[in-house]
Order: sequence, then structure tokens, then C-alpha cells
Amino acid sequence: MSKVLMKGNEAVAKAAINAGCRLYFAYPITPQSELIEYMAKMMPTVGGTFLQAESEVSAINMVYGAAGAGKRVMTTSSSPGISLKAEGMSYIAGAELPCVIINVQRGGPGLGDIQPAQGDYFQATKGGGHGDYHLIVLAPSSVQEFADMASEAFDLADKYRNPVMILADGMLGQMMEPVEFKPAVTEEEMEAMGHQHESWCIHPNQDGDLKHHHEINSLEIDPVVLEKHVNQLYEKYARIEANETRHELHNINDDNEMVVVAFGTASRIVRSAVDELNTEGRNIGLFRPITVWPYPYEELAKCIGPKVKQVYVFELNTGQMVEDVKLAVNGKVPVHFWGRVGGMVFTPEQIKEKLQACF
Amino acid sequence: MEVIATRPESLREVPFTYCPGCTHGIAHRLIAESIDEHGLINKMAGVAPVGCSVFAYKFFNFDMAEAAHGRAPAVATGIKRARPDMHIFTYQGDGDLAAIGTAEIVHAANRGEHISVFFVNNAIYGMTGGQMAPTTLPDMKTTTSPYGRKVDDIGYPIRVCELLDTLVAPYYIERVSLLSGPDIIKAKRAVSKAIQYNKEGRGFTFIEFVSTCPTNWGMDPVKAMEWARENMLPFYKPGVFRDKGAQE
Repeated sequence: MSKVLMKGNEAVAKAAINAGCRLYFAYPITPQSELIEYMAKMMPTVGGTFLQAESEVSAINMVYGAAGAGKRVMTTSSSPGISLKAEGMSYIAGAELPCVIINVQRGGPGLGDIQPAQGDYFQATKGGGHGDYHLIVLAPSSVQEFADMASEAFDLADKYRNPVMILADGMLGQMMEPVEFKPAVTEEEMEAMGHQHESWCIHPNQDGDLKHHHEINSLEIDPVVLEKHVNQLYEKYARIEANETRHELHNINDDNEMVVVAFGTASRIVRSAVDELNTEGRNIGLFRPITVWPYPYEELAKCIGPKVKQVYVFELNTGQMVEDVKLAVNGKVPVHFWGRVGGMVFTPEQIKEKLQACF
Repeated sequence: MEVIATRPESLREVPFTYCPGCTHGIAHRLIAESIDEHGLINKMAGVAPVGCSVFAYKFFNFDMAEAAHGRAPAVATGIKRARPDMHIFTYQGDGDLAAIGTAEIVHAANRGEHISVFFVNNAIYGMTGGQMAPTTLPDMKTTTSPYGRKVDDIGYPIRVCELLDTLVAPYYIERVSLLSGPDIIKAKRAVSKAIQYNKEGRGFTFIEFVSTCPTNWGMDPVKAMEWARENMLPFYKPGVFRDKGAQE
């Protein structure tokens, strides 16, 4: 298949449809407008459901219903809208329903602005809604990866019966890059997908079926039962942590004098600066987490080689992922942080300057 | 011995969690009987709310979803869109539907979503212990309107049927009373019609039950029925607000 030039927002929407998503509920918000507009245009052409909800709150609860009925379903938004979905995400995680949520992050807090930012890292990886739960969170750094993550997100959601978030940002949503799409799921695959959750989901009794009573629910009024349920969730999260961390290494070797950590859009800018310094004779490694929950702690710890004197973290926020980096580094070497916020994006020159000051 | 009445197949053999004298049991039975009569048990799913009927997901004998507070019409929308071959209803109280879930009910009705909504109006929050509801009558005392509902301060109660009747899409809207034997027979006809329209895929159907809450009103069940007939029915007048089926 040949490559096409597409905006991230449209590419991920197309990839979601290719992955068998036939239900989409969302509310308009910048900078993810192209995503909802693409879905409005394309869902009817594949016999799917596009519904513009009255609010993000309603959209995520429609997702709860459709996911409870065992179908591939997605909602998308940007930062303020994700806050509104937080209630629903907690219920979806509690009821163990598979679905995909995309956050095309913008500047915050509050209404903030509509420029790219990474200020929702804590919200995405440490909770967001109430109670003990986790989303699986994937952080793309290119339009191609953004698109590829659509099918991966649905597969992970189905495998673990857990909501999966793609944590992108306004830069990835808006920019155009060449992208190659995985083939769309076949009719047979769609058919199989439609039945995979029938042991627990809402579906009709077929003729001759034993009558079933499935409950889509996060309420457990008995504390003994609720504790057991939450502990079971955390056993599942432990399996996810053991099996599903993803990361990318760039120039990581035993002679690294420094390791730099960045995710998403920020990692691309940081990579340019690291490459330039390495051509000038430095030996800096770049570690990019692809899953930010589960966080690749062990994989990062292994990258802190014998000659590494310090670790530097760059984010488009005031320092959120740096806390996970510190957990991974565990006091072995100093961890520095620099970030820009409010939709301001750092340049490779600024990163280079920060790094040079360390030597 | 001849059995002349038994538990509808659409209700599971699970004890209700409602207070003695509560009208939820009656409403549940009317819905379950109607689903049985229309032969829909194998294709039915319901959505329970937050409130006294929060455990309704345990009581009905088919698949059920428990929704977040006020979100039942959105959840029902998601289920119906995912499973168009199924028939979906929500069961909601007045705090759930007419306060925190106002947006969800208005927009589900406005889309003409193919679901049935059963709305239990007893003018109070029951589960949380008797707080003021959007449907609490003027000057009625509750734990959060201890001096009576002052309409100059907090406004008048919301009449949901009248509100939804301003929309174009809804197919059937009726308010019924559960406050006497004859009223319950009338209510049964309305519920059955809503389920029939749901079965036929006609569109959005809405039934409001004027009900009681003996526990939080501080009355015995018989007195609560009398009080509701005298005070609720003049404000919440039973009747058919919309029946497109009768016009066709």
C-alpha cells in the first residue's frame, strides 16, 4: 500500500475504522475537530454509527453503553473535554469495558489554549477519574505511529477488557505526514470480533440459547466484594505491566555519558538536538516511552549505563513524567528537567543549549 | 391450587431492596409484565440509574447496565446504537433524570432515540435520605429544604412531561399515577403501549409515574398515597401529552 499525506487527526480516524471501529460518539473541540469531522463523513459509508453527543459527558456514557454491548467503540476529545469524560472513564474501568479514547492535548489548565501541550500526563497515567484504576496509555510521536496505535489500542482494549487512551497532542493532530495504513479488517474478522465478548456483554438471546443475565456494572455495595474486585483489577494491571510496556531506544549504548528521556511530540524535537550533539562528539542516548502507563521503568533503568552521569527529561509541561523517570533511575544519578508550557513548544536549539550546559 | 398471579418471567427471583410501601415494586412489575406480554424478554436490555432503583440491574431477568448518575439515556443510546436488534429502556428517578441528567434526557428525547424511559417521580431524593428534588413541591419540607421549598429562591418544580412535549421527535409521552388501584390499571396500559411502540421501533417513548416515598415523607404508605393524590396530582396532572401512534 502506498503512503498518503494526512493530518494526524484524520489518519487515526481512518485507522480506527480500518481496525473495525463502527461506533463513534464525540463532541467538537479544538484541536481535534478534523477527527470528529472525518468520522461524521466516513462512518455512514461503512455502515457505522457517528453520533455528535450533547456533551463529552454524554459521549463517554454512550461509549459505556456500546462497549457494554461488546462492540468496538471510540470517543475522542482534547484536554478540557477529557476532564469531562473522567467520570465515565472511571466507570468504564470499574466495569471492565473495552474502548478507545483519544486525547489530542492542548494547553491548560482550565480553558487554556488550543496549542500543543503534554499537561495531561498525570491525568492520563495516574487516574483522572475517581478510585483505583488504570487506563492503558499509548503516546505516539508521529502521524504514522498515531495511526498504527488505533488497531493496537483496540486489540489491547479487547484483550484486557480495559479502556485504552492514545495520548497525542495538538501538534500530532494538526500536522501532515506521509502515512501507510494497515489493511482494513475483513468481514470475517468483523464477524468474529462481534462475538468475542458474548460471555459477559449485553446481547440478545438467540433461539435455543439458555437465557443469560449479564450486568454491566461498577457498583459493589459490599466492601468485602468491592475490595476483591479492585484487587482483581490490580492483578490484571500487573499482567499488563509485565507484558505490555513499549519503548524506543535511540543511540543507547554502554558508553553513554547522558540519557535523555522524552515522549510524544517532545521526543522528536529532543532527538534532533541529541543527534546534533552526538555528531559533535557527545555520546547521549535517548529513551522514548511509548506506553506511558504501564511505564517502562525496568527498561529505562537498564539504559542507565556505567558512564551515565546524569539524566535529562524534557516535556511540554512543568514536569510530570519526570516523576516516573526518577522512580526508574532510583537515585543512581541526578535527574534534570526542563519544559515549556501554555502551548509554547521548545526548539532543538533550546534543548541543545540546555544539554550543553550539563558538560 | 390454581395459580392466578405469579412473578413475571422478566423479574428475577431476587428480593427487592425497596422500603415497605414503596411504589418502585409496582412500577417494576408493570414493566416486567408488559415485556412478558410483548414477548420481548430475549431481546430486552435495561439501564438502571443512581438512586433507590440503583439495584434494578439485579431485578430484571435480562441484560442490564448500571449507569452513572443521570447518564442512563446516554448509556441506553450507546447500547441501542450498538445493538439495533435489541429493545432498550431506562428506569430513572427524579433526581437522576430531572436534575443531574437533564441534558441526557432532553437530548435523547430530541434525537427521538429508540428507547423507552420510565421516570419515577416521588418529589424527593430517596436513597440519599430525603433531600430536595427538582420535582419537590413548593413549600414541601425535605432535609435540604428544612423550611420548605422556597420558590423565590430555588424555583418551581420541573414538569418533565410538559418540558419534553415541546420537542418534535418524541413519539409517546404520558404521565400516570401509581396512587390507587384504578390508576395502576391505567398505568399498566400506558407501560404496555410504550413497550409495544418500542417493539415496533416507533421512536422515543416516555412514561412518568407519580409515586410516593413513605419513608422520607415520614408517612405510612396509605397516608402517603392520600397525600400524593391531594398534593402531587394537581401539579403533576396525569394524561397523554403525545401519542403519535393514536394519530396515525
